[in-house]
Amino acid sequence: MAMTIHVDIVSAEESIYSGSVEAVIASAQEGEVGIYPRHAPLLTRLKAGEVRLLKDGKEEQFYISGGILEVQPHIVTILADTALRADDVNEAAALEAKAAAEKALNDKTAKMDFAEAQVQLAEAMAQLRAIERARKTRKH
Amino acid sequence: MASGKEIRTQIASIKSTQKITSAMEMVAASKMRKAQERMAATRPYADKILNVIQHLAFANPEYRHPYLQDREEKQRVGYIVVSSDRGLCGGLNNNLFKEVLHEIKSKSDKGLQVDICAIGQKASAFFSRLPVNMVAQVTQLGDAPRVHELIGSIKVMLDAYESGQIDSLYLVYNQFVNTMTQEDKFIRLLPATPGEPSQEMSHHWDYIYEPDAKEVLDDLLVRYIESVVYQGVVENIASEQASRMIAMKNASDNAGDLIDDLQLVYNKARQAAITQEISEIVAGAAAV
Repeated sequence: MAMTIHVDIVSAEESIYSGSVEAVIASAQEGEVGIYPRHAPLLTRLKAGEVRLLKDGKEEQFYISGGILEVQPHIVTILADTALRADDVNEAAALEAKAAAEKALNDKTAKMDFAEAQVQLAEAMAQLRAIERARKTRKH
Repeated sequence: MASGKEIRTQIASIKSTQKITSAMEMVAASKMRKAQERMAATRPYADKILNVIQHLAFANPEYRHPYLQDREEKQRVGYIVVSSDRGLCGGLNNNLFKEVLHEIKSKSDKGLQVDICAIGQKASAFFSRLPVNMVAQVTQLGDAPRVHELIGSIKVMLDAYESGQIDSLYLVYNQFVNTMTQEDKFIRLLPATPGEPSQEMSHHWDYIYEPDAKEVLDDLLVRYIESVVYQGVVENIASEQASRMIAMKNASDNAGDLIDDLQLVYNKARQAAITQEISEIVAGAAAV
């Protein structure tokens, strides 16, 4: 039986693959790497690209949008990113989150907040109840 | 006493409310199960990444990433508060906010200011009405949030930490203990304390790094924090659904009790009306 190596491909959202294979081929930042059993411990960044797993002469492919490859003699772990990451994309996302916060803070006058409306509704209901009670006591 | 017809319409309206609440209960139960599965699925990534960080921090004691350096809380503290987007889930959000306010107060007693990053509609609405500094927010994540939806708001806080604007960063969310119990949980994200590596990791060997240890560690730390926040968000969703399920179950039970009571009142009113009618007929017959 051929020597095998255990591979886990995980992302922050789910586990993508777990099993024994004969070799792993991935596109690392410095070039393509092929990992066979008893590879020296290695830690490297992965580029967006495909990860190929060789098993019984067949090949399985996964596309990942980047991540980190960790190799230990009998275990390979790929920490896959869930989305394409680039500094400017992240920057834009950060600005968006900031803008959303500012909008929520400034929007108080323009659009009544749901929570605020709830408070006003509760107040109005309390007033109505008080009026009703006053009416009842007057009747008796 | 209210007339028979009035009571009947009241019973009908409570019954239709009960139908809605019991439907919501069942929906929440099935969503909770899915959220729990998602919770379990996020664990291997975070565990693995923590393992590698522990090893790296241990193997490279000369390089201290800013995230790993101990810092004193001098001026500002950051909080990432996770809440739900929708209501009708019992006191889940309000209990959490109460704890956060408590924290904020104890920090401001020490002369510290607070930055808030709100995740979820409820937190955003709550903190925008308070005199706190809300620096980022993200809402409408839905039942299956994605990591990339959170990256922006987390980056705002990480940047603030790196530039020295805030001295520490906490994550606040509802921990899912079981269906009946959800507890508010505070986690200190930064400065991070990865802890000691486990026995098998601490042998004297090291990785070959490409390109080098620092860059890989930088990448890993950011991803680690993102994954912890993501886990918090997913766990909060499970808590939200569990809490909603219980709240809706109570509402359905209460509606059932109300219907029983009203039914009794209705029967009495009906009986009284019949008795009255008979006595009127009898009196009429006697008069003739």
